[in-house]
Amino acid sequence: MPLFEVRSLTHYFGGLKAVSDFNLHFQGGELVGLIGPNGAGKTTIFNLVCGVYRPSQGEVNMDGRSLVGFYPHQITASGIARTFQNIRLWPEMTVLDNLRVAHNYHLGYGILDVVFQTSRHRKAEAGIYKRALETLEIMGLRDHSRELVKNLPYGLQRKVEIARALMVKPKLLLLDEPSAGMNLGEKHALIELIRFIRKQFQLTIWLIEHEMRVVMTLCEYIHVLDFGATIAAGPPEEIQRNPKVIEAYLGKEVD
Amino acid sequence: MLLAFLVFLSLVGLSWTGTFSTYTQLVIMFMGVNIIMSSSLNLINGYMGEFSCGHAGFMALGAYTSSLLTVWFFTKGSVFGPNLLPPEWSVWVFPFTLLAGGVVAALAGLMVAIPSFRTRGDYLAIITLAANYIVKSAIENIQTIGGARGFMGMSRVVNEMKNVLDIPWMMIWTWIFVFLTLGVIHRFVSSTYGKGIIAIREDEIAAEIMGVNTRRAKMAAFMLSSGMAGVAGGLIAHILGYINPGSFTIMKSTEALVMVYLGGMGSLSGSVLSAILFTLMLEVLRPLQVIKWVVVPLILFLLMMFRTEGLLGQREITDFFPRLKRIFKSREETHAAF
Repeated sequence: MPLFEVRSLTHYFGGLKAVSDFNLHFQGGELVGLIGPNGAGKTTIFNLVCGVYRPSQGEVNMDGRSLVGFYPHQITASGIARTFQNIRLWPEMTVLDNLRVAHNYHLGYGILDVVFQTSRHRKAEAGIYKRALETLEIMGLRDHSRELVKNLPYGLQRKVEIARALMVKPKLLLLDEPSAGMNLGEKHALIELIRFIRKQFQLTIWLIEHEMRVVMTLCEYIHVLDFGATIAAGPPEEIQRNPKVIEAYLGKEVD
Repeated sequence: MLLAFLVFLSLVGLSWTGTFSTYTQLVIMFMGVNIIMSSSLNLINGYMGEFSCGHAGFMALGAYTSSLLTVWFFTKGSVFGPNLLPPEWSVWVFPFTLLAGGVVAALAGLMVAIPSFRTRGDYLAIITLAANYIVKSAIENIQTIGGARGFMGMSRVVNEMKNVLDIPWMMIWTWIFVFLTLGVIHRFVSSTYGKGIIAIREDEIAAEIMGVNTRRAKMAAFMLSSGMAGVAGGLIAHILGYINPGSFTIMKSTEALVMVYLGGMGSLSGSVLSAILFTLMLEVLRPLQVIKWVVVPLILFLLMMFRTEGLLGQREITDFFPRLKRIFKSREETHAAF
């Protein structure tokens, strides 16, 4: 049984076919890229997987269970975490609190436990603190734990967002353009970071990326999307040579 | 904890010995009620970032519920007939009637919480406003409980309590509930559960996607907040001995809003400070009579122009005076010691 699979996923926005017949499956442990020109429907696929939109047609399965129709927080609890193209942290909260909140998927206590500060609440909170601090330690963010996220530089915010996603103990991590807005040095560091967390947390990673250098270095397999349709899929070397891909990105030569 | 206990003891003690005049006691009790009002509304408007302007509606529900219960239980009257329970019992049944008022108000809070799943911002504000009117008009039209004329008899219940033991009962219950409210809110917003509510303010979609059950969190926040408003209502009904629907209009809700914005959104100590200042301000300006309602908004006007974030902004008083941290050592710090 595959860890995660998407079968003939199709989505319409009104009359516009934003995604058509997208297919993919992960056995577990892969690092796969999703590329395509602007507006090709990449982020829409992520949103469909995460439950932000309900797909018009098709199936999304995690561990053999269908995810269609569930609320986003339930999908997260099933082991899928993501980051966003334009960083969506909670800016007025500290780094530590950003990580803590992501643990809401599995709280282990109710509101009455909070009011009466039961031992169940204390234990759960202590566990959450410990995990958040450990995650920050691994990501090298420990020194920033008490800072408000809005005061951090851009590169670190990206890192915090990945750390926050790791808090939900994902099996599948979706990264939406992690290198957007980064300089060359930061991009190299990012590639190292993604390799590191993949190994450390035994993640399956699915990555949207514009920066070819990052995709080609990292990914084992790539799907190329154009106007919602998959125009190519294969290992990076094949994709680089594929005439359809070159056409989608650079346009056709004039005869 | 210790500080709260000392404040409580001195307030009750000074009222009991008669050092505080009846008027001073009344102002101090109003202060307490206002603290509950502002801090509970802060949960919605400050921490969760929604704009609720119907807080007085929930207060009315709590006020009527607990008043009807106490009057029904402990007094002979035209509405309910002879008293149901011996009047001496009022001493310990009273807090439960307050809580019952809170529970009814909390259930009514669902009236706002459920629409909040799909609407937010201005639209939700309109819904809260409507909820306020629904409650007020409903009470106005139930003639058995006095309709627009109002409802009274609570002072007899308070007198019954005084017959059992002559201590300032209302002062005691008001401030017990003030500290309970503050304790519960503080615990809530420092827990991971409650932080989810702050995350909703910061970015609701991100909160939902990162695993926060936003529906449940909103329901918890709205019910907690309106329940506390209900308790405040029950208290004010028994302090004054008389309530009418006219005192729970949008005007009252606005007062609560003013206190929240004066103190700073998402600052619990700010809400306490502003409730105290606001109550005192209204009393100090009392000689101005109607002109008071020109001066008070003017102060707000100036505050909004020159200090938009309120007195304390989003910070707590301990952020300004770090030494106070030793007194208000929070649970959060103890967790962080791991």
